[in-house]
Amino acid sequence: MNKIDKVESRYLKTDLPDFKSGDKVRVKIKISEENKDRIQTFEGIVISIKGSGINKAFTVRKISFNNVGVERTFLINSPVVQSIERVNEGIVRRSKLYYLRDRAGKKARIKVK
Amino acid sequence: MVDSIYGKKIGSTQIFKENGDAVYVTAIEAEPCVVVQVKNKEKDGYNGLKVGFGSAREKKENKPHAGVFAKNKLDIKKYIREIRVEQFDREYKPGDLIDATVFKAGDKIKISGNSRGKGFAGVIKRHNFHRGRMSHGSHSHRIPGSVGMCATPSRIHKGKKMPGRLGGKKTTLPHSEVVDIIEDQNLILVKGSVPGAKGNIVLLKKI
Repeated sequence: MNKIDKVESRYLKTDLPDFKSGDKVRVKIKISEENKDRIQTFEGIVISIKGSGINKAFTVRKISFNNVGVERTFLINSPVVQSIERVNEGIVRRSKLYYLRDRAGKKARIKVK
Repeated sequence: MVDSIYGKKIGSTQIFKENGDAVYVTAIEAEPCVVVQVKNKEKDGYNGLKVGFGSAREKKENKPHAGVFAKNKLDIKKYIREIRVEQFDREYKPGDLIDATVFKAGDKIKISGNSRGKGFAGVIKRHNFHRGRMSHGSHSHRIPGSVGMCATPSRIHKGKKMPGRLGGKKTTLPHSEVVDIIEDQNLILVKGSVPGAKGNIVLLKKI
């Protein structure tokens, strides 16, 4: 372990749940508004996990009102991400599910374990 | 008060602040600087500390270098530098250690060190000149262009920006900031990038 890894390891979260692409997750996000903090939930399918160490990030996609797709990317170790909860485990054959962007309705479903 | 320290650039990474901001930081290792000589106003004309740092092999260093440490029965260090001190806040004696705790998170500092040598560089890299057209018959791609007038003055003005050696010079970042201190590893995390390659010796000084 070199010295830079040691620095990074101080800022890494240790209690992260195990999840992968295709899983449905519920992410609790801390939002600060004029000296007031509140927690917002973002629930959707993980379509990509990329990076490593302190830079590890994942993208969650959900279908919002009027069938509008919404994607958010989170840095996994950021203090803004308060908690990540796995809702269910999906069965997928690739690590990046960008093909979901071109699909809508029943075609955009993912098999659940 | 001692408000500066010498350190070695370790590398850079990214850390998070409490509010979630990701900050790009460079880690500087300030292995404790050992005081080898105290300079004071009465005797030397200014207040300062001569410090040694960096691990050294005893056989490799020459006798005058080793003698500085042998005088006070200290372990030989690789580098000897001086730190200027405005006013001593306490008594210092050879063998005292100056470590990363000189700073605390949030301190504004300036950082000096030698930049990376880039060799003989053209005017685009060295002075941010624009380049010429690459196509349509242009032969002027990265050339400096006109360097002056004609028969009057029939010379080139002094200080004309031209190609030449770039980098490898002392560079100072006047406004930097300490983001965090990791005491048990003697690391100082400063905001942004720092001149020079990894392993470069830099001076951090409070402003």
